[in-house]
Amino acid sequence: MPPFPAISRPGRLKRAAPGDLAGLIVMALLFVLPLIAWWSGHRFYIDFATRIVVYAIVASSLNLILGYGGLVSFGHAAFIGIGAYCVGIPAYYGFESGLLHFPLAIAVSALFALLTGAVCLRTRGVYFIMITMAFAQMAYYLFQSLDAYGGDDGLTIYNRSWLPGLNLDQRPQLFLLAFVSLVLVLLLKQRLVNSRFGMVLRGAKANETRMTAIGYDTYAYQLAAYVIAGAVAGYGGALLGDFSSFIAPSMMGWTRSGDLMFMVILGGAGTLFGPVMGAVVILVLEEYLGPFLAWLADLTHLHQAIPNIEHDWQLPFGLLLIAIVLYQRGGLSGLIERLAGRA
Amino acid sequence: MSEPLLEVIALAKSFGGVRATDGVALTVAPREVHAVIGPNGAGKTTLISQLSGLVAPDGGEIRFGGRDITRLGAHKRALVGLARSFQITSLFAGMTALQNVALAVQAHEGHSFRFWRPAAGDERIEAPALAALDKVGIGDRAGTMVGALSHGERRQLEIAMALAAEPRLLLLDEPMAGMGPEESARMIAILKGLKGTTAMLLVEHDMDAVFALADRISVLVYGKVIASGAPADIRANEAVKRAYLGEA
Repeated sequence: MPPFPAISRPGRLKRAAPGDLAGLIVMALLFVLPLIAWWSGHRFYIDFATRIVVYAIVASSLNLILGYGGLVSFGHAAFIGIGAYCVGIPAYYGFESGLLHFPLAIAVSALFALLTGAVCLRTRGVYFIMITMAFAQMAYYLFQSLDAYGGDDGLTIYNRSWLPGLNLDQRPQLFLLAFVSLVLVLLLKQRLVNSRFGMVLRGAKANETRMTAIGYDTYAYQLAAYVIAGAVAGYGGALLGDFSSFIAPSMMGWTRSGDLMFMVILGGAGTLFGPVMGAVVILVLEEYLGPFLAWLADLTHLHQAIPNIEHDWQLPFGLLLIAIVLYQRGGLSGLIERLAGRA
Repeated sequence: MSEPLLEVIALAKSFGGVRATDGVALTVAPREVHAVIGPNGAGKTTLISQLSGLVAPDGGEIRFGGRDITRLGAHKRALVGLARSFQITSLFAGMTALQNVALAVQAHEGHSFRFWRPAAGDERIEAPALAALDKVGIGDRAGTMVGALSHGERRQLEIAMALAAEPRLLLLDEPMAGMGPEESARMIAILKGLKGTTAMLLVEHDMDAVFALADRISVLVYGKVIASGAPADIRANEAVKRAYLGEA
């Protein structure tokens, strides 16, 4: 018998909240649809889904610090690049074991997070945004200057990571590895944010002064969260390296960091499935908004007025994002909660 | 008189040209309620902030339990038994009343690098948290989100958070701020209930509360203690009347 049965416990859901239910449905579709597409011969979609899943992993890791910790990092893509190069560089020298690549990606990303986070977390607000971005750009230019590994032109990975019992050249196997990883990351995140550690992280987001006044060294906890987020993102980066078989500094450019932020905020910062939904929506829009707008322009005979709409889809895309950030606090998860509450 | 629990010696703090704290000296004995009163801008909140470690003093010394804590970090002061409440209610929005207090209890339960077990339902932190809520009379509001609490209840929660870790000294920064007469009376009753077990340094404008609770009163004007003594003496003090009570 629990000691306080009458007390509601947010975070430990007695009944699935509508946002979580929607998230589970998205997860199920994300799992089933690509496999159906694969077996029915539409092989492109499993690649597309793998990319979505990998970005969902990275966005979920960003959500830990941004959504739950209130630490707006604008440099999270750096970990993608670091993780990817932890596959590419060993592979370049003929070390092809994933048992090396993945732990290396996690370790190097965690180290980078520890060193940069130790500095970044001395600042707050706009300064934190700027300094995380600055460190990511430093990593970007570092890899750009490494001519041995292709520099700006990038590096082709000729052989994907070798893992016992898996063949990552088989698209469904790579997809399944990514998907299982995402499920584990979400499970880890769910445990983490509801643990004592998670409560400290959320408390520091809500009211850092009070946290200090009641006896917490918030810096240490935020740094630990930053390292965990970096390590998970690095792992995602390694998966992305294996997925794309080609890595370049552009993977860690600041625009990619911005995309990751949008995935988190659009989907719902501080929610379990928000970043997954955000990754789905952003990547789907990136892929299909242009053609869709072109089709719409044709349909309405507006294609002469806006002939380049297929390539200029970023403008409506940007406006959409602004509208969501301004009018839909809580992102898609918040929207679903509200719609379900009204129904 | 026994060894003081808190001893402040020649404390000084300036902001630009303003001497917010100008050589303040005061003591709080174990289990004593020492009230600090003074007009607006006298430097009362600055004093509390220096005692709790959120503002670093320019000079002087703060001793707590016989130990120099002048340069001890704010979070460490909380851990040695110095708890404060805030004049402007300072809670964790988006959490329940219980979660707010549980976080305060958790701070004293060893490190929080515990990543796996849910904090909710953990009796070691929730039982003392619920006890603290009961102590301030809002035990029945444990599961209510902060946003749904009344102003008075939030002020009570504010006290519960400071009480949660059973501090040796409670620094109370205007606990009656913004309260109606009824809520004030309830708060006075709550603090009276704590009297005798927990020492308090009470900064307050509400004179009914001060005279109901204080064993000793110090009057702070422009960063200086102009008088200190038993409530009856302060009431009779001419300088105090001129500087402060005379206004009323």
